[in-house]
Parts: sequence; structure tokens; C-alpha cells
Amino acid sequence: MREDVLSTVQRQAMPVLPVTGTELKVSRKGRVLLDVKNIEIADHGTTVIVGPNGAGKSLLLNLLAGLRQPDRGKVRWNGTPPSRSRYCRFGMVLQHAVLLRRSVRANVEYALRAVGHSRNEARRRAETSLGEAGMERLSHASARVLSGGERQRLALVRALATHPDLLFLDEPTSSLDPASVLAIETMVQDASVKGMRAVMVAHDLAQAKRVADEIILMHHGRIVERAATDDFFQRPQSETAEAFIAGRLLI
Amino acid sequence: MQDFAASFFEAFRLVISLDPDLLEVVWLSMRVSLSAVAMAALVGFPVGAFLAVARFPGRGLLVVTISALMGLPPVVVGLVVYMLLSSAGVLGPLQLLYTPTAMIIAQTILVTPIVAALARQTLEDLHDEYRDQLVLYGLGNLAQLKTLLWEGRYSLLTTLLAGFGRAVAEVGAVIIVGGNINHVTRVMTTTIALETSKGNLALALGLGFILVTIAFAVNALVFMSRAAAVRRAYA
Repeated sequence: MREDVLSTVQRQAMPVLPVTGTELKVSRKGRVLLDVKNIEIADHGTTVIVGPNGAGKSLLLNLLAGLRQPDRGKVRWNGTPPSRSRYCRFGMVLQHAVLLRRSVRANVEYALRAVGHSRNEARRRAETSLGEAGMERLSHASARVLSGGERQRLALVRALATHPDLLFLDEPTSSLDPASVLAIETMVQDASVKGMRAVMVAHDLAQAKRVADEIILMHHGRIVERAATDDFFQRPQSETAEAFIAGRLLI
Repeated sequence: MQDFAASFFEAFRLVISLDPDLLEVVWLSMRVSLSAVAMAALVGFPVGAFLAVARFPGRGLLVVTISALMGLPPVVVGLVVYMLLSSAGVLGPLQLLYTPTAMIIAQTILVTPIVAALARQTLEDLHDEYRDQLVLYGLGNLAQLKTLLWEGRYSLLTTLLAGFGRAVAEVGAVIIVGGNINHVTRVMTTTIALETSKGNLALALGLGFILVTIAFAVNALVFMSRAAAVRRAYA
């Protein structure tokens, strides 16, 4: 996938797709936080994981990204356990953008250097990426004084600049204004069209409808339903999905 | 009151005229304290960084111990270093007692816990904030620490400043291991103590004035460099 835009280090790292999770279980103090029998993230497109608070959406994302270990079960990246050397083919945007105390451009450069690009190449690509996102005027500004929307856009630019096989987004647009939400969604959709796989956690069903090719509904740590977006909204297969779409409180 | 005013003006004259004796004392003070801070940084930063990211049995006790050592009494440190460096001590053959090196050793012992404890806190906070993001970059522990040290550079500079403040202002340790020998180990604080006891308030005041000015200048420098950095990119 888009091998020509990857660094030598990225090309040498084995692709991460498909990402699979089998018999994943996480508990805390006797309470089951996650119980997922089987999940596979493969091919192209955008998957949006929805569900009420505490459903285990972010936890599932963290497990698949290898950031947390399940109490039981296995996560596999292209058939093998998660490994540090293959993070260069991942991208992740967290709910609250974690930005380095550097300039906007330096933040993007850092990510590009981390995946193996030379200093000059990282600078060139960072400038291109910021330009494509319409953020070139902020290039030399401190990343830490950006507005919430700009910070999240920068986090996304930084993640996309490395051309990841798979991008995880953990509620990237919560608490953003509509214009910023639209900007983020457009960037994700553009990258998806170019072949990047995206998995996004979201609360907003309207947003899920706009960006998702498929929806995963989680409740009480379990995957209740997984379906193509149209099918999910028009022909929900479970009462839980029906109730969630209707906006009724899930207990 | 008149004596005090006269002493003050005499002190001012000594400073303005760049009195050679005064300058010698100031220079040695700076050399000893800056060397001690540099040594403390070499030891304290790695220790602080390790404690910030590593998790092992007994870590909590070590963190508390190092924090407690920030309040080490200088005279106790002076006494211990004196015993180590005296002829009967294990480091006696090095013949370092009553030399600037002995003073640097004593001040390094005083400053290192301050640097290590404050660096640990700074880097631990940063690590909590950045951990997931740095893992996602596929960085190993050393590379993560390198990034954390750079991200925390201005806070760490303040840490060094705190260490320098402790070193340059202390008198108990350096007077024990340095002996306050004229033209050899006499520094600002020991000279102030000596001259005050002799009634030579002018020189004591002049040195006091310089000591406060240095503290102010160093703080101002750090403040300005941080402000400049914020304007550029860092916030």
C-alpha cells in the first residue's frame, strides 16, 4: 500500500493489517470491562466504533494498538504479536492531542523522523502535509498555544504525514466546533480514499453516518453489532442497536 | 546607623572599583558552585530520569529518600566529606582537604538530591503525558528519555537553578572542607561570615550585594530565555 511514500524503515517493517483480536478479556476488581470474542480489522475503509460511555470502545482501540495488554486473549498484527518495530506503520490520534513543546512544523517533523525519514526529507514532507491541511501559516507557531480544533488537526496531520497503514482515532472531534469537526472528517475521508484504513471511536451517530463504511456497536464491553453503515442504521439486528440509534438510554 | 551607611558605601565602592580580592573570591565561588551543579546534573538527571520511568520494588522508598536528602544539613555533609578526605579517611591519600575540589565534592553532594528529585518529578509528569504517544512512535526507553529531557528542558534548567542557589548560598560545608584559606578556598559566603565576625562590614556587605545580584541575574537569564523560547515555539 503506497509503498513509494514510505521510509526505508517503514518498508522494512512488516505490514500490520489485518489486525485481529481473539478472546480479548479485561477485568478490574471483578467487573468485566471488555469481552470481545473476535474482531478483525482488514482491507480499506473506515470503521466507527460507537456505544455508550464505559462500553469499552477506547479500551478495545488501545488493545488493538498494543498500548494495553488484555488479561486474556491475543492481539495479532498480520498474524504476529504487536512489536515496537512496526509502530512506524500505525497512526493514532487521541481524544486530547498530545503535542510536543515545539513548533507546529517540528511536531510533524518529529513523527516523520521517528518513522525513519532523514532530517531534510522530514522537513520537506512536514511542510507539504501542513500545506495540504491549510496549516502552513501556523508552521512556526508553538503547538501548545493552538486552539482545540487546530491542535486536533495538527495531531491528525502529524499522524497522516507518515502514511500509516492503519489509523486509530479515539474521539478526535469531541468538544470541537462544527468547522473543526468537518475539517477532521474531511482529512480522514481523504486519507481513507487513498487507501488508509481508519478505525474511529465516536459518540456522535450523525458523524458515524457521515464517515463510516461500517459501524461496530459496543455495549458492556461486548461487540453487540457490526454492520455496514446503511444496514446498521436502516436494519439494526439487535434491540440494543435499535435502542441506541433511537437515543434511548442503555442500561 | 552611620556605621552601617558608611559600610554600605564602602561596599559599593569595592564593587564598582572591581577590587581584585573581591573578584578573586567571587570567581572561586562561581567556579566551585557551577562545577558542583554540573557534576550534580551529570548524576542527578540520569537518576531522576530513571526513577521517572522505571518501576521496580523499592522505588517509592528511593523517591522518598532522595526527596528527603534535599534537606541535607550542609554542616553534616561538610563533616562527612571532611572525615572522608582527612588523612585518616578513605580518600585521605588524595590530599584534597582544604582545596576547591573538596568544596566541589561537598556541594555536589548537597545539590545532587535537589537535581535528581526535581528532575524526577518533571520527567515523571511529562512521561505520564507523553507515554502512549512515544510508544506509538516505536521509541525505546532511551529514545523516550531523550525526548522527555528535551521537552522538559526549561523546567530542568529551573532545577539546575535551584541547585545553583543551594550551592552558592551555603556556608557550612565549604567552610569545613575548604577551611576558608585566603587566596585558596575563600568563597563569598565564608568571607561574609569571616569579615562580619571581624567587624569588616564593608567587604561583607559588598559580597552580600554581589551574591544577591548573581542570584537575581541568573534567575532573570533563565526567565528571559524561557520567554524567548515561548515566543519562538515552546510553551
